[in-house]
Parts: sequence; C-alpha cells; structure tokens
Amino acid sequence: MPEGLARTPLYEEHIALGARMVTFAGFEMPVQYAGIIEEHRAVRDSAGVFDICHMAEFRVNGFGAFDALQRLVTNDLHRTDELGRAVYTVMCDEDGGIIDDLIVYHTGELEYLVIANASNRDTDVDWIEAHLPAGVEFVDESDRTGLIALQGPRAVEIITELAGASPPKRFRVGEARLDGRVPVLLARTGYTGEDGVEIVCAASDAVAVWRLLLSFPEVSPCGLGARDTLRLEAGYPLHGVDMDRSVDPVSAGLSWVVRMGKGEFIGREAIARIEEKGPARRLTGIRVDDGIPRHGFAVLRDGEPVGSVASGSFSPTLEHGIATAYLPVALTEPGTMLQVEIRRKTVAASVVAMPFVTETSLKH
Amino acid sequence: MSENLEDLKFDKEHEWLRVEGDIATVGISDYAQDQLGEVVYLDLPSAGDSLIAGETFGEIESVKSVSELYSPVSGEVVEVNEDIDGAPENVNSDPYGAGWMVKVRLADPSQLDSLMSAEEYESFVANEA
Repeated sequence: MPEGLARTPLYEEHIALGARMVTFAGFEMPVQYAGIIEEHRAVRDSAGVFDICHMAEFRVNGFGAFDALQRLVTNDLHRTDELGRAVYTVMCDEDGGIIDDLIVYHTGELEYLVIANASNRDTDVDWIEAHLPAGVEFVDESDRTGLIALQGPRAVEIITELAGASPPKRFRVGEARLDGRVPVLLARTGYTGEDGVEIVCAASDAVAVWRLLLSFPEVSPCGLGARDTLRLEAGYPLHGVDMDRSVDPVSAGLSWVVRMGKGEFIGREAIARIEEKGPARRLTGIRVDDGIPRHGFAVLRDGEPVGSVASGSFSPTLEHGIATAYLPVALTEPGTMLQVEIRRKTVAASVVAMPFVTETSLKH
Repeated sequence: MSENLEDLKFDKEHEWLRVEGDIATVGISDYAQDQLGEVVYLDLPSAGDSLIAGETFGEIESVKSVSELYSPVSGEVVEVNEDIDGAPENVNSDPYGAGWMVKVRLADPSQLDSLMSAEEYESFVANEA
C-alpha cells in the first residue's frame, strides 16, 4: 500500500470483485468494476451501489447547534425544523468563497449530521470548530461511519424489501434495520440524478450492508468513474472541480441554496453584493459532438479564449461530450455557439441547459 | 489471447498489424483496449494521409483517459474503418477484427522486421504488467 493512503471498510470487497483501484482524496477507491459505461447504465436503468465511505460525517449537537450551523451555511436550516429533514447547502467564507458543499440532516433533537466531501474533511473540521460557540459539541465521525449509496429506478423497491418498510421521502432521513439486524440511517439523497438512498451505518457494518445490497441481482457495484459521469449528467457540481474557495455560490449556479431572508450567515454580505451587481461569470453547460472535452481545455468564442472546462466527460446517456465551464454571462444562453480546444484541434461546442439529462427516476 | 494471432505483428505502443501484400491493417491490442477501458471516441486520419513509423496518427479515448495512437510503419493510408465512428466499442469487443482502424500501403516493408511476433508481444506485456 502506498504510504499515507487510507482504505474504506469495503476495500477487500472491491478487490474480490476485481475492481480497478485509484487514489481519490487520500483513499484507495474503486474507479470501475465491469466498466464505467456499463455501471452508469445500470444506475440509469436498474440500480447501482457505491462505496462512499471515504466521505466525511460530522455530528453537531447541543442547544446551540441550530444557531451555529445556521450561521455556517447559506441555506435556511429552518427547512429542517421537522425532525428527519435534510437540506443541501454550501458553506462559505466571508468573501462568499465556497469552502465545501454539504448535506445537513436533522437526525435528532438538538442534533445534526453533516455529510461533506472527503477531500475537504480537514478544512471543514478546522473551519467549523473555529466557528462553534462553547457548548456545541462537534464530533468528526468519519472514521467510524460507513456510507453506501444505492441509486437507480429500482433502488427504492430494493431498500423497501431490505428494511421491511418504505424509506423516508426525498430529502428526509430515518432509522431502519436492514434484514432485521443491521441498524442504519436511510437518507433519501444521492449524487446520480436517480432516486435512491444513502445508507449511513457503523463502519463495522459496512461489509454487511454492501453484501445485502449486492445479494439483489438487479444491483451492480459501481465505481467513482460512473459516479462522476452520473453526477455530471445530472448537473451536480463537484467541489474542487466545478467550484472552490475562489468561486461564490451565485457564479456556481447555486443561488437556490442561498437564503438571504434567513438572517446573518458567514459570507452573506459578499454574496449580497455579487447578487446585486450580477456575477461576471457563471458555471455553464456545454455540449461537444466531435470529441471529448476534459478539465482544463480552453473554451473559445470566435477563436478567442473565454473560459476553460471545469468538468468534462463523455455522456453515456447522451453519447456525446458534455462539460461545464465558467463563461461570461453574455455567453451562457443555451444555443450560444462556442469552440473547445481539444489538444491540436478546435471543435464546435454549444451552450446547453443543465441538467444535461432530465429523463430519470427523479423529478427535476 | 484466444484468437489466432500468429499472422499479427505488434509494436511496443500496443498496436498490431496484419500484412497482406503491401497493405497493413492496424489496430490496438486486446491488452491495450483492456487497459484503456470502454472506448468512446476515436480520432483517425483520412485516406491519403501519410503515416510515419513511430509517430502519432490519431487518438483513442475512453470515458476516463486519452491515448495517442502510434504508427508502427510508414506509408499512405488507403482505407479508414468508417464503421468504428458509430461503434467505437468494437475496439473493446473485437480488437483484432471489427476494431481495426486503418489500412496502410507500406512504404518500407523492412520496417516490419523490428516488430514483435504475437509470442514476443505476450512476454513484453507480461513484463510490463
């Protein structure tokens, strides 16, 4: 094992399944099993299971937990007032720069579960701890927590059978017991554009959950490769690629997770200024037919550079290249003709609306 | 490698050649397609283009990666596999058959001498892996 690399509790399962492993966020992770396109289609057509144990889980509790989190995130945590509700949000610095994107789950009385990107774990811990008042407990549960996603049009019927009851509704979370024995939290969230659940469990139960899910022949193991093509088709930004601390949520197309009316939060003034003035650039969807756009490729308008590709891939559903790029707002109208420089060639591209793929088991 | 590969030659960049008269058909090996993963896009030369041994003649892309294609020999492209544009997956499913890429009229047949036999290529790959 290369020095300093971590493994999830499912590492041996991946090896046994013949996965191709890569390094991601300091973890040895499966990038593919049968093949990225095959796994992608399994999730769009049936169901796929993903090891996302590398992701970070934080627990925040105490009487001040709500107020502290409400100040840390841009979305309105009142939307989770009812126990079991969840919100997608970003966490910004004073300049409105996106530190991370998160889902905050109201899991108990005076208690919240925060799921964050693996690559931002240390940054998030430092930031959150620095902004928590005394009396609010913060626990980084990442190492002892397993997280497995089951996604696809068949996911809900499968988890219903395993849990003996329907899972919570969209953007809600609830306790369940799989196969009558494994205690889990079922969160009706995901990162594929399909319906499904993210299953939170003790790290020591991750193998049991994984095997229960794969005991269904309609479930395919899926790697990070398919996770990336699925989330890009669904128009979900990836932190570190589509956004980072140099970008504000308005420019990133995430105004919908910023609730100015909720009161004070970190970054509010900076974001308000950007909203008032209008962003200079916006994250925009691009379609390419004659080649595959990849991260860093130049985007041109009439031969002049106007931006560069953030996320870029072949879309297995649409069967052509798709990409995101920060472009001057004047060039973000769908139908705008552009070019992308693909190594030695310049090929035609056009602006398209995101999500790229809308015909899924989720209502967009 | 279950196919009959005895009439093929290979280079170190994992291309194969099948020579009939002065025409060589070129593709990539089964090992190469497996390493690359599902092929989704190919950028190939046109008939009439000149290829130079050891230089790139195109690109092949999977979902996650891009590889250059290197010409094992010099010569003029006389035919390009037109079907592969609509079915790049043939490179994965049938690398030595429907997955062929170009046919080249050999400029210098002596260049074939430096290429590997199927057996030699197999041990080359075993050492590389």
